[in-house]
Amino acid sequence: MNFESIPLQAFLIVSSMLFCIGIWGLLNSRNAVRVLMSIELMLNAVNINLMAFSSYIDNNLIQGQVFTIFVITVAAAEAAVGLAILLSLYRNRVTVDMESFNLLKW
Amino acid sequence: MSIAFTTQIICFSVLSLVVIVGALGVILLENIVYSAFLLGGVFMSVAGLYLLLNASFVAAAQVLVYVGAVNVLIIFAIMLVNKKEDLKPIDNIKSRRIISTSICLTLLSLLIRVDLSNVWGLSDPNTSIGEESTIRIGEHLFSDYLLPFEVASVLLLMAMIGAIVLARRDVMNEDISTGLPVDQELIEKSSEPLLIKKN
Repeated sequence: MNFESIPLQAFLIVSSMLFCIGIWGLLNSRNAVRVLMSIELMLNAVNINLMAFSSYIDNNLIQGQVFTIFVITVAAAEAAVGLAILLSLYRNRVTVDMESFNLLKW
Repeated sequence: MSIAFTTQIICFSVLSLVVIVGALGVILLENIVYSAFLLGGVFMSVAGLYLLLNASFVAAAQVLVYVGAVNVLIIFAIMLVNKKEDLKPIDNIKSRRIISTSICLTLLSLLIRVDLSNVWGLSDPNTSIGEESTIRIGEHLFSDYLLPFEVASVLLLMAMIGAIVLARRDVMNEDISTGLPVDQELIEKSSEPLLIKKN
């Protein structure tokens, strides 16, 4: 390289940590809204990965950036539908505790 | 990126610190409202990381869509379901915590090992299009990614209609089966007022 820049691995490590934090929150949260927030964190980690690869490995065609835009679109749709499901669930059960949504539990 | 290397390092360190600490705060804080606002901070810092990667358009889209739409939606949902309730204790919570934490740490070490040990085929920085990425994204969206672009618009329409149908409150004056008048009181109204700390 003719000029210095941040190594690709730094971005990858940040996104790995963000993804694992998201998984921990997804597994351990009891509030349903917090579960949705954890999903958003994981989607952001994936986006950081895509953006880092598109900037370091595919820096002329930048298909990763196009992919990130699609991921952002789908994440917005997911958040809208997820929160609507949460609202109707709250109307039926009058709680947001994940432990009480056990109708399909084996 | 035309800014100096030291500046880049400082910006990257601050932004990634905010991302990691903010994400930990989102999942660990007791108060869900603090979590929602910290989530906005995490989204903003991720947009800053995108700027460091020469992607101004995606950074702007991140701020508009995530901070402007998703985070506001989450705050509205918290406002609608914000009922203080005493959660029932789970009997084997300790073992659950230990198992989930060990799974996450194992996955993290695996990912970091792959990140560091793999030899990435970096491309020549001279071919980078840098600040012209917005033009290239537009070319992609209207040539080889045209079909996904159109499908995404249909998906957004479906999500909008689906969200309205799911979250709508049925306003019927009488019960269909019994003929009795329906209780129209909001569930949210019967809960305690907000902004009052109860212990």
